[in-house]
Amino acid sequence: MSEPHQKTPEELDRENARPVDQPAPTGGSASAPATRSVSGDDVLLEVDHVTLRFGGVVALNDVSFSLRKGEIFGLIGPNGAGKTTCFNAMTGVYRPTEGAIRFQGESIVGKKKHQITRGGIARTFQNVRLFPEMTALENVMVGADAHHKTSVISALFRLPRFWREEKSGRERSLELLRFVGIAHRAGDVSRNLSYGEQRRLEIARALATNPTLLCLDEPAAGFNPAEKEDLLQLIRRIRDTGVTVLLIEHDMRLVMGVTDRIVVLEFGKKIAEGTPAEVRDNPAVIAAYLGVPTDAA
Amino acid sequence: MDFSGLINDFGPLTVTGLAQGAIIALFALGYTLVYGVLRLINFAHSEVFLLGTYACLFVWGLFGLDQNSATPSVGPMLLYMVIGLIAAIVVSGATALTVEFVAYRPLRRRNAPPLAFLITAIGASLFISEVVGVTTHRNQTGVPPIIQARPLFTIGDTTVTNLQVLIILLALVMMFALDRFINGSRLGRGVRAVAQNPDSAALMGVNKSRVIALVFLLGGLMAGIAAVMYDLKIGVTRYDAGFLLGIDAFTAAVLGGIGNLRGALLGGLLLGVLQNYAAGLFGSQWLHAASFVLLVVILLFRPTGLLGESLGRSRA
Amino acid sequence: MSEKASFRTSGGVRGWFGRQPWYVRAVLILFFTVLAYLLPYAGDVPLIGPQIITEGIDWPSALFNMSYYVLLALGLNVVVGYAGLLDLGYVGFFAVGAYGTALLTSPDSVIYADTGWKWLMAVPAALVLTMLAGVILGWPTLRLRGDYLAIVTLGFAEIIRIVATSTTTLRGDRGFASIPHPPGSWNGEPIFGVTDAIPYFWLGLTVIILVILGVRNLDRSRVGRSWLAIREDEEAAEVMGVRTFKYKLWAFAIGAFIGGLGGVLFAGEQSFINSQTFVLQFSILVLAGVVMGGSGNMAGAILGGVLISYIPDRLRGLSFGDTDLYEYRFAIFGAAIILIMVLRPQGLIPSRRRAMELKDREKEVAPL
Repeated sequence: MSEPHQKTPEELDRENARPVDQPAPTGGSASAPATRSVSGDDVLLEVDHVTLRFGGVVALNDVSFSLRKGEIFGLIGPNGAGKTTCFNAMTGVYRPTEGAIRFQGESIVGKKKHQITRGGIARTFQNVRLFPEMTALENVMVGADAHHKTSVISALFRLPRFWREEKSGRERSLELLRFVGIAHRAGDVSRNLSYGEQRRLEIARALATNPTLLCLDEPAAGFNPAEKEDLLQLIRRIRDTGVTVLLIEHDMRLVMGVTDRIVVLEFGKKIAEGTPAEVRDNPAVIAAYLGVPTDAA
Repeated sequence: MDFSGLINDFGPLTVTGLAQGAIIALFALGYTLVYGVLRLINFAHSEVFLLGTYACLFVWGLFGLDQNSATPSVGPMLLYMVIGLIAAIVVSGATALTVEFVAYRPLRRRNAPPLAFLITAIGASLFISEVVGVTTHRNQTGVPPIIQARPLFTIGDTTVTNLQVLIILLALVMMFALDRFINGSRLGRGVRAVAQNPDSAALMGVNKSRVIALVFLLGGLMAGIAAVMYDLKIGVTRYDAGFLLGIDAFTAAVLGGIGNLRGALLGGLLLGVLQNYAAGLFGSQWLHAASFVLLVVILLFRPTGLLGESLGRSRA
Repeated sequence: MSEKASFRTSGGVRGWFGRQPWYVRAVLILFFTVLAYLLPYAGDVPLIGPQIITEGIDWPSALFNMSYYVLLALGLNVVVGYAGLLDLGYVGFFAVGAYGTALLTSPDSVIYADTGWKWLMAVPAALVLTMLAGVILGWPTLRLRGDYLAIVTLGFAEIIRIVATSTTTLRGDRGFASIPHPPGSWNGEPIFGVTDAIPYFWLGLTVIILVILGVRNLDRSRVGRSWLAIREDEEAAEVMGVRTFKYKLWAFAIGAFIGGLGGVLFAGEQSFINSQTFVLQFSILVLAGVVMGGSGNMAGAILGGVLISYIPDRLRGLSFGDTDLYEYRFAIFGAAIILIMVLRPQGLIPSRRRAMELKDREKEVAPL
C-alpha cells in the first residue's frame, strides 16, 4: 500500500476508536458536511467527460459530474440508462474508453479494485453479494481487513499485531453491525439472514473498509415502504458520520427524499443535474420517466 | 537442441503431427461438448476413448485377426474398418452415457458442488482404467494390420501415407458433420440453447436432461472414431492410453477455446504439429512438456483460448 | 487441534465437543493425541486390534505411508478447500521436495561432492525450493480462470515427471540411492533405522500436528477469511479490498510447502527415489481423498488422506470367489469414490460452516 491518500495508522486508530453511530468530528480537510453550499474545492470525486463503449454500443456518452464531500448524491435514470455502468466505471470494474475519473484529485482509472477500495471508495452490489458461508461478523471483518497489515507470518505465529488487529477489527465490526441494526445476528451464517438483514450486512461490510465515499447500488430494491424508510434513516446516519454517499436508484421518491443533489442519466447521457426540486421540475427528466422522446419536450 | 533435425524432417514431422492432431481433435470434442453445456471437465472421457480402442480390437479378434495376421485385401479391409468403427462407436457412446447416468446425473439431482462432479469423474476413470489394466495384466495389446501404411504421394521429399490421409480426412468429415448437426438441426439448437443459458432454455421447453445425454453421446461417438484411428496409427493400446492421450486432448480443447467445436479442431491440429516439432527439436521425451508450456503461454495472452469459449454463441 | 480430535467424531459429537469447557476439550485432545501416537501398537489390542491392522503388511510402514498421505491431503486442502483453486498436479510439489532432498544429500547427486549434507540440513533448502516452485508456477497461472488452472497444474506435474525421467541430473529410472535418514540416536542405536518404521510414523505424526496448528492459525485470521472470501465470490472479495492474487499465491506457496514436507519425509524414510515414484495418478488420488473427506475442513482432509492409503491396503489378502480383491484395489476404490460422492456430495465430514448452520437452527429453536 503506497497510495498517497493512505491513512496513517494513527488516523485509522482514531477513526476505529470513534463510535460510529455518533456524528463524527469533521476531519482536517473536510468542511462541515451540514452546509449544503460547498465550494469547488470540496470536490471528492470527479467524473470528467467519461465515454464507455462496448464494441459498437455506447454505454456512457461524455458524462461529467462531480461529488462533493459530505453530501448524499443521487444517480438516477430509467432502466438501461447506464447507471450501473457508470457506477462500475467509478469503482474500477470497467475502464472508461475516454475521459477521466478522479477521486480526491487523483485518477483512479486503471487502478485495481482492491486499491480503489483501500483508497476510500466502498460499494455494495445491486444483487446482494455476501460471502454466504461466512458468519455476519466474518463478512464485516473481511471489510475491516482492508486496512489491516497482519501478514501471513504474523497470523501463523500469532504475533502481537495479529492480536491487536483481530481485536480492534472484531470490535469495529460488531460496532458496525450494531450501527446497521443487526448485531444480534453476528454469529449467524450470512446465508441464513433475511433479505433485509443481508442488505444491511452488505452496507456494514462496505463501511468496514473505512470509506470516504460509500456507493450504494439500488439498496432499496425489493423493500417495502417501512423498510425503505428505515433505509433512508440509515443513509442519513451514515452521511452524518462524515461519509459521502452515492446512491443509485430508480425509485424517484426514495432519491428525492434523501439526496442533496442528483444527476439524471438517459441512454448513457447526462440529461439533468441539480437539487431534487430542480430535477423534479426539469422537462427532460419528466419526459424520460414518462417515456416521451426528449427532443419533443 | 537439434535444429538440423527439425529442418531436415520438417515435412514428415508436419504430416505426422497433423495425423496425430486429427485424432487428438476428435478426442477433444468430447471434452468441449460436455464443458460447453455443463461447465464440467469430464475427466472420465479418457476412459470412453480407452474402451473404444479395445472394442474394435475385440470384434477384430472375433474374425480371428491379431497383430500377426496378414494385411487383408481391399474388400475385407473395408468390412473390417466399418465393423471396427461401429463397435468402437457403440462401446464409447454407451460408456459415455453410462458415466453420465451413474456418476453425474445423481449428483445433479442433489445439487452437488462442482468439485463433487470432478471427483466422481475421477472415480469412474480410475474404475474403468483399473479394470482394463487388471484384465490385460497391464500389458499392451497389439493391433491387427487392417490397413498397411503405404506411401500414397510425395510432396517435395515428404512422403504421405494412405493411413495419414485417411485419418485426417475422416476427422475433417466428422468435424464438419458435427458442426452441421449442432448448428443446423433442431436437436443441435437445443444443445446451443442449453449451452447459452440452461435456465431460459428449460423455460423455452428444451429438455435439459436429454440435451445433456446427447452431448455425452456425441462426445462418445467422436471418441470411438478417434480410438480406431489411434489403434491403426499407433499399432498398440494399453490400459493407460486413454489417460495419456486424454491430457493432450484436454489441452487441445483449452488451447482452441474450450466449449468451442472449431476450437477443438484447431487446437488439436496445432498441438499435434507443434508436439512433433518439439520432438524433432528437443527429442521425443519432451513432447508433452512442450505442449504444456505452449498452453500456458497462449492462455496468458488469450485467456479464453485461441477461438474463444462459447459453444452457443460462436457458431460452434 | 480441535479439528483433529473432531475427525474421529461425527457432526453431532462435534457440536457437543464445541460446547464443552476448555479443560474438557484439552483433556480429550490430549487423550486422542496420545492414542494417535500409540497407533503402531494397535495390533496388540485384543479383539479390536486384529480388525484394524492389515494382515501381511508391516503395519508401522502402512502408518507412515498414511502419515504422508494425510500431510499431502492437508496441504492440498489449503489450496483446493480454502482458496478454492483446483490443483490437479499437487504431486509435483511432493516430487520437488523429495528430489530437492535427494539432490542435496544422495551420493548419486552431481552436487554431492560440494554439499555432502545430512538429511536435516537439506530439509530447509528443499522446502524453500518447493515454495519457490509454488510461486513460480502460481505467478503466471493464478491469473487464469479456475478450470484452466486445473489443466496447467496437471501439466506442471507432468513436466516435473518428464524432467525427472529425461535429464541426466535427475537420473530417471536409476534414481537416487542412499538418501540419509533423519538424525538422532538412542542408546547408541540410530533412532531412524532401516527395519523399524515406528519412529518415522511418530515423526510424520508430529509434523502433521505442527501443520494442523499452523493451518488452523492461518484459517482463523485475516488470511483464512481472505481465502474463504475468494472461494465464495472472488469479485466481491476484491471489491472489499482483498488482494486476491496475493492470497491465492500464498495459498499455493503454503500448499507447496506442506507437499514438500511430505516429499522430504518420504525421501528420508525410503532413502531411494526415482522417476517412477511420482506418477500423476497420485495427485488425483490425493485430490479425491480431500474432496471425499470434505474439502475446506481439516478433519475431512485428514480422514480422506487416511482412507486413500488405508482402503487399498486393507483389500490385501481378501478375495471374492476366485478373484483376488487386492489386484482390483484401485478399481474398487474408484467405485467407492463414486458411491461416497453420490451419497454425500459435501464429503464425509462437511466443512465447519455447514455444521455451524445446523447450530444456528438449534439456536432458532431455543429462545434467546
